[in-house]
Amino acid sequence: MAVSKLVLAATSGKSCKILLGLRVLAFLATLSAAIVMGLNKETKTFVVGNVGNTPIKATFTAKFQHTPAFVFFVVANAMVSFHNMLMIALQIFGGKTELTGFRLLSVAILDMLNVTLISAAANSAAFMSEVGKNGNKHARWDKICDRFATYCDHGAGALIAAFAGVILMIIISAVSISRLVQPNKCSSSTAASTSVVP
Amino acid sequence: MKLTQRLGGLVLRFAAFCAALGAVIAMITSRERSSFFVLSLVAKYSDLAAFKYFVIANAIVTVYSFLVLFLPKESLLWKFVVVLDLMVTMLLTSSLSAAVAVAQVGKRGNANAGWLPICGQVPRFCDQITGALIAGLVALVLYVFLLIFSIHSVVDPFLLRKS
Repeated sequence: MAVSKLVLAATSGKSCKILLGLRVLAFLATLSAAIVMGLNKETKTFVVGNVGNTPIKATFTAKFQHTPAFVFFVVANAMVSFHNMLMIALQIFGGKTELTGFRLLSVAILDMLNVTLISAAANSAAFMSEVGKNGNKHARWDKICDRFATYCDHGAGALIAAFAGVILMIIISAVSISRLVQPNKCSSSTAASTSVVP
Repeated sequence: MKLTQRLGGLVLRFAAFCAALGAVIAMITSRERSSFFVLSLVAKYSDLAAFKYFVIANAIVTVYSFLVLFLPKESLLWKFVVVLDLMVTMLLTSSLSAAVAVAQVGKRGNANAGWLPICGQVPRFCDQITGALIAGLVALVLYVFLLIFSIHSVVDPFLLRKS
């Protein structure tokens, strides 16, 4: 099949195999983090008071859009997974394009920017969930995790996936930068290498 | 490394050192007491975990910048400095992002969670925190430039130097 031939060509060379595997893992991790947090919603009915003998019920919803940090989290994870998807497609289907100097540099710089983006998103969501889980008695903010347990659990799962994505993106960025120093092409063409090792 | 490259790197790094130091100092000295009827509220940066992380991260960046300022020109550690620059940029952006997320709740509150904003009661504290966050943002931008500059001057991806 053509697809298996493409994949085989893209993974010639050891660092190419490692890079492709890491990028697939990072793509899956960030995509799952974005999806889990994006679908995070819980509705619950509480008794807020009593009028005589009848209890008054009110319905409260916990959505991820209520917290700007979580909105940033979803958007940033979607962007990083899109970046990884582009890089995977470039590696598999861009086999004949020559990775000349500027293209290799732009891949490395994009990887570094995405590392900072995803670490910022994961960290801001982590600190906001810490405030939501423990509350803050100095500012008189009540914790919400005792009432919306499922919402908090799903958020925690998304956070774990995002931090796994952070670690994977750091390793990917390190591999990309090391490929700047010793360029070797992950392509199917057997043309002469354009890199000149000093 | 050429002299202009080294000078540019030194200037950028010194500016980033000053910005990170300013962020640390602004946040540590922000402390305000306000009385709210019979309740007395003391707002300090250590009440919130995100601000503590911000102070620690920027302190690490300050010390690191100070040490790299004195690295000799022909040392072999410059390649390691590129890696450390990336780590430090990540540290800066994560601490700034967390502090901004929590400060935004402090300024505007969160109506859905029943969290009231606290900036109305402690305005000077809020202003100083804002200043510290701006200084942190300046340090981050300078470090992004430094990162690209380090890669250009140390790794030499275009293989422009003949040696």
